[in-house]
Amino acid sequence: MTEDQVKQIVIDIIKEIAPDEDTTDIKSEVALREQMDLDSMDFLDIVMELRKQHGIEVPEADYPQLASLESCATYLTPKFNDK
Amino acid sequence: MEKSRIVITGVGLTSPNGNNIEEYRKNLLDGVAGVQLMDVRYMGKQPAGVCDFDTKTYQTRKELRVGTRAGSIAIYSAREAVASSGIDFEAFDKSRIGVYIGTTEHGNVETENEVYNISKFDYDTRYWTHHHNPRTVANNPAGEITINMGITGPHYTIGAACAAGNAGLIQAVQMLRLGEVDFALAGGVSESIQTFGIFAGFKSQGALGSHEDVSKASRPFDKSRNGIVVSEGGAIYTLERLEDAQARGAQILGEIIGYRINSDASDYVLPNPERQAECMHQALAVAGIKPGEVDIVNTHATSTPMGDIQEIKAIREVFGECPTTYVNNTKSYIGHCMGAAGALELAGNLPSFHDNIIHPTINVEDLDPECALPNLVINEPLKVDAVKIILNNSFGMLGINSALIVQKFED
Repeated sequence: MTEDQVKQIVIDIIKEIAPDEDTTDIKSEVALREQMDLDSMDFLDIVMELRKQHGIEVPEADYPQLASLESCATYLTPKFNDK
Repeated sequence: MEKSRIVITGVGLTSPNGNNIEEYRKNLLDGVAGVQLMDVRYMGKQPAGVCDFDTKTYQTRKELRVGTRAGSIAIYSAREAVASSGIDFEAFDKSRIGVYIGTTEHGNVETENEVYNISKFDYDTRYWTHHHNPRTVANNPAGEITINMGITGPHYTIGAACAAGNAGLIQAVQMLRLGEVDFALAGGVSESIQTFGIFAGFKSQGALGSHEDVSKASRPFDKSRNGIVVSEGGAIYTLERLEDAQARGAQILGEIIGYRINSDASDYVLPNPERQAECMHQALAVAGIKPGEVDIVNTHATSTPMGDIQEIKAIREVFGECPTTYVNNTKSYIGHCMGAAGALELAGNLPSFHDNIIHPTINVEDLDPECALPNLVINEPLKVDAVKIILNNSFGMLGINSALIVQKFED
């Protein structure tokens, strides 16, 4: 799985949990919270959907890795590829 | 100490047969029921009262995803009530507004959903949502109103089984009189149709209503009645002290002149007509009126074989000698809206202060002689000279009784 595919997976999850947000033009390097109205509960939802939909576990200590699309891709791609 | 007079200045509602008071009233006068078959988890299709208001009118899609159905019903009803009150809400001090919402139960829906959800993951609780606790705390529907509307005064729910709608209103009257708040949003809500447990519980109790024509499943006082139709809904009122309402030139839909809540102290489920009659007598005493001055008695009757008889016994005891006191019922149209029942039923009757028409209880094909009363309004609306006082009964499990008395406002 490529980093771009992982980014798309994260975008699809955000569309689900924050349906009012515009996800068409997310800047990869910029923190998601700076571009969208996402709170800590929303990030817990992202963690839950990664677990439910993809069997990916994100330990609490690693939550900061989900800050931007780029950091999500860097952190999650090996996890997807190790499955 | 002279008690402040408390008046109703606005109402917002969603019922299985109407999403505002005008539509709801029209359907009550036209005999239009709002019960349909609905899929209930593990049980298949069951009669239920389902509301179809547009949830996105006052909530974002994210709020809807995070919150509860009870919260949505509460927000819709509260926003509609404020709009109908004509108050300048933006300018009003939000810390002086109280939110008092009656609920029969809360949290069953969300807990059942999560148990079902983790059943798909071999009961691994890592899949249990973090939204569970804010969704299931008992104050949820009232709290969702405050978040949605930016209200910073007190909020809580009143758990009072199916007497909860009246109990919410009574709480608001008390808090306005104590000067704790200057404006109150009060009534009741229910999301109960989303929980299979309520349907299954009534089924096991032999108290779940059914009929081959689903619109007749709820038929209080009919000889063939066989139980409750579970419904969702909400009715929330704006309440103010009379002087405040008059100072801003508000419309006044009615004045709450008396109320009483008491307890049977006898059985978990079976109502107690002596205590119900006592509750009505005490409410009348608080209002300072005689039984014969009441024009409409709204029955709580839920279409169960025993419950309806018990309530009619109580009404006979209180109003048996009152030739101009009429008795009606609204659950025959919309089923039992649980925590919203008392508040919604009051809303069904309030317009009679202006049109002097008493809506009937429908679906009575064969009146049970044990439920017969000379002034029971059956199947056809009744036009009277004047409706000035309504007594609104609402009773619940564990033997909680409530009677609320509302008078047409005349300065």
